Amino acid sequence: MHAFLGFVRKEFRHILRDRRTLLILFGMPVAQLVLFGFVIRNEVNDVTLLIADPSQDAMTQALTHRLLASRYVDGVAYQTHLDGIEAAFRQGLAREALLFEPGFAERLQREGLARVQVIADATDPNVANTILAYTTAIIQSYEQDLAATTAVSPGIVPNVRMRFNPELRSVYLFVPGLIALVLMLVCALMTSITITREKEVGTMEVLLVSPLRPVPIIVGKVVPYVVLSFIIVLVILGLARTVFGVPIRGSVGLLLAECLLFILCALALGILISTRTSSQQVATMIALAGLLMPTVLLSGFIFPISSMPAPLQALSHLIPARWFLAILRGIMIKGLGLADLWTETLALAGMTGLFLIASIRSFHDRL
Amino acid sequence: MPVIEAHGLTRRFGDFTAVDALTFSVEAGEIFGFLGANGAGKTTAIRMLTGLLRPTSGEARVVGFDVYTQAEAIKRHIGYMSQRFSLYEDLTIRENIRFYGGIYGLPRRAIRARTQALLERLALTEAADTQIRALPLGWKQKLAFSVALLHEPRLVFLDEPTGGVDPITRRQFWDLIYEAAARGVTVFVTTHYMDEAEYCDRVSIMVDGRIAALDTPHSLKQRYQVGSMDDVFLKLARPAASP
Amino acid sequence: MAGILVHDLCKSFGAVQAVDRVRFRVAPGELFGLIGPDGAGKTTLLRMLVTLLTPDGGSATVDGLDVVRDYRALRTRLGYMPGRFSLYQDLTVEENLAFFASVFGTTVEAGYDLIAPIYRQIEPFKTRRAGALSGGMKQKLALSCALIHRPRVLMLDEPTTGVDAVSRREFWDVLARLKAGGLTIVVSTPYMDEARRCDRVALMQGGRLLGVDTPAALEAAYDRPLLAVRAAARYDVLQALRQFPHARSVYAFGEALHYTDARPSVDPAEIRAYLAGRGYPDATVEPIRAGIEDVFMARMAAPPPPPTASPT
Repeated sequence: MHAFLGFVRKEFRHILRDRRTLLILFGMPVAQLVLFGFVIRNEVNDVTLLIADPSQDAMTQALTHRLLASRYVDGVAYQTHLDGIEAAFRQGLAREALLFEPGFAERLQREGLARVQVIADATDPNVANTILAYTTAIIQSYEQDLAATTAVSPGIVPNVRMRFNPELRSVYLFVPGLIALVLMLVCALMTSITITREKEVGTMEVLLVSPLRPVPIIVGKVVPYVVLSFIIVLVILGLARTVFGVPIRGSVGLLLAECLLFILCALALGILISTRTSSQQVATMIALAGLLMPTVLLSGFIFPISSMPAPLQALSHLIPARWFLAILRGIMIKGLGLADLWTETLALAGMTGLFLIASIRSFHDRL
Repeated sequence: MPVIEAHGLTRRFGDFTAVDALTFSVEAGEIFGFLGANGAGKTTAIRMLTGLLRPTSGEARVVGFDVYTQAEAIKRHIGYMSQRFSLYEDLTIRENIRFYGGIYGLPRRAIRARTQALLERLALTEAADTQIRALPLGWKQKLAFSVALLHEPRLVFLDEPTGGVDPITRRQFWDLIYEAAARGVTVFVTTHYMDEAEYCDRVSIMVDGRIAALDTPHSLKQRYQVGSMDDVFLKLARPAASP
Repeated sequence: MAGILVHDLCKSFGAVQAVDRVRFRVAPGELFGLIGPDGAGKTTLLRMLVTLLTPDGGSATVDGLDVVRDYRALRTRLGYMPGRFSLYQDLTVEENLAFFASVFGTTVEAGYDLIAPIYRQIEPFKTRRAGALSGGMKQKLALSCALIHRPRVLMLDEPTTGVDAVSRREFWDVLARLKAGGLTIVVSTPYMDEARRCDRVALMQGGRLLGVDTPAALEAAYDRPLLAVRAAARYDVLQALRQFPHARSVYAFGEALHYTDARPSVDPAEIRAYLAGRGYPDATVEPIRAGIEDVFMARMAAPPPPPTASPT
């Protein structure tokens, strides 16, 4: 016990003396939270819409009004020539254009099919996607209303619902992702670095030769990072709650317990990396490329899983953060409980168990 | 004209004077041993003489260039080899030579000709396309030394060039040093092997940032009335054994 | 009688035979040196003895305990200082010491009297971070950390490499004191001149032992006539000597040249006459006794030849 406490004390000293890393660990989540909360918004709201409407009938005008009434469209300009549209895009005067085909209403009524071309400025693909999504949603809802009143065949009616985040406020979605990212960073990256550093400096040789067994060595190194990451989670949640008004609709206890599970999972991964590598540099690379990138890209943090190609969707099942994110969003935004989230929790727990066993097995008490 | 000429060369870091009024000169073709305990200021002095570190005060000219105003010219006209950094492990012998030739701005034809000559002199022609990491340590060091002389500098700095090699290879390395000196290259060398101090034409011993002694090994042994350079070093450096 | 018993120990990494059938024994309380250049296999051998690596073949016991079977029990009795100064650079001197004491389940107070002669020299700087210490002080701190749990056997991997001659000599003085206290010590070093600080040494190259004995016995076993040649124009004389038809080897040894002849015996006068004929009448030639480095050079296989391999 004496040895174990000595270990924990030593590890805390390493952490507290490395001011720069500490600053990054605490500063980064706060900075990201502020950045995503205030500055970078996925929602788009000041789009100037160009409309080419040769038919000028009741239907095209009704649709135009609906678009204009929506939050994202700022102004509408009419343009009849294709060249003009091209120029407006190039000069950045418009970000979206709608081209109705001639005789739009007539065709829709007679043939049940009318074409409208939607063009978006895809310089920023995310913005373009959002714009297109908004537009198609509005067109579809119009189509639906039309179907209810006329005899025209309704066509495809996708059920786009945004019940829990009706304003599409991205900070809601962002906070759970940020927690996952930071936990991965602190637990997996930092533990793999701190263990490989001992290998690089040569102290690991001395520790291995000591009567200390591998498990106390690992646990002793890891406990401070558990504490540290828990504090960071609390900071993020506190900031999200007070500054951005992100709700925690479900149980806080469950939320923290799930965080602990994910922390365990990340730690196991970090230890696993450190047992397989002997330099900090390699460990960092593996942790960044193998853990952090998937956490950012494949967990549904930035890109919705539903919009990924099938192989990537399948791959995302292997990413712990995917399950963790689903759990967090479920608890925080939807107010779900364990009864609703048990599959995700089970998946995460299973992975954690697997990684823990693998990491303890690969940590030898020899070189 | 001396190849190195230092007068009152001083470097301070805050309150700490790492190198204190160094005054000495090194003549062309000389093998000059630069000894001192860890922390005596050797590294700082070498950094100033190689144009890497600006002195706080004093003067020094290296291969005719001023250390304050012509540091870049100094770097171009000297060779440098250290035990820690010599050659790129993942490049072949030929690639390393070409790379260094390029750094020093040698024309392509000259690089090709000198590569050939160098490989032949070291009997490495057949191994020219071997990666450095596959070479035994002794060969790496011999090659690194030859590469440091590729641009035919008048002065070469060797920082503990023979650490860790076997006694025969160590002597083979010194054969290369002698050959270079015989061609007129001035060799400025640091070492922890005291027998190697005996191989130098003159030796300086730094203690606490100052040159405590500078003379031929023979004269130093006579002056301190001891049998070996090891004992000279111990007599001089002992009082400096503080943190 | 326990000490250390090494029997035909082998270890290879891929195609490289790092340690090849090494056998020797170290008596309790002996100061034993492993001497050889980089790549000789010293570190691998030591790592097997401190239970960090398992041998591919052979066996070894340290203090009566098998390095493979009883490794756990053995670890409590070992003090080990790896090649790099294995200290936490961001912890202070006293924090490092306290940490290693806690790892071995003891306290600084309990082991203080053993390390006192060493630790007292760095104690004035105990609040300084280890990273800010000089090489010699780091070395003393690392040794204090390796001794804090009162081991019965101390193993040191190149403790003096990269350390200046003064600190090296002080370090050997410390080892001599520890040995006098009854500790069994194994030290590896690339510096041949340190052999004479050891009771017995093993000369090592390319994973094999070139000989194990007391330094004096090894030197006495040198059976070739050895001449020391001194002259002002040392390098010229060296080249002239190498052209002498009967020359076997000519190497610089400090201020002298060491000459061995290919024939069973040689008259110094013959060499003197040859050198005078080559224009070096001032050269002195006298028979001398071989040192450890002469022994090593005579016994070692030729240094690795120039590689001829094609690209790897």
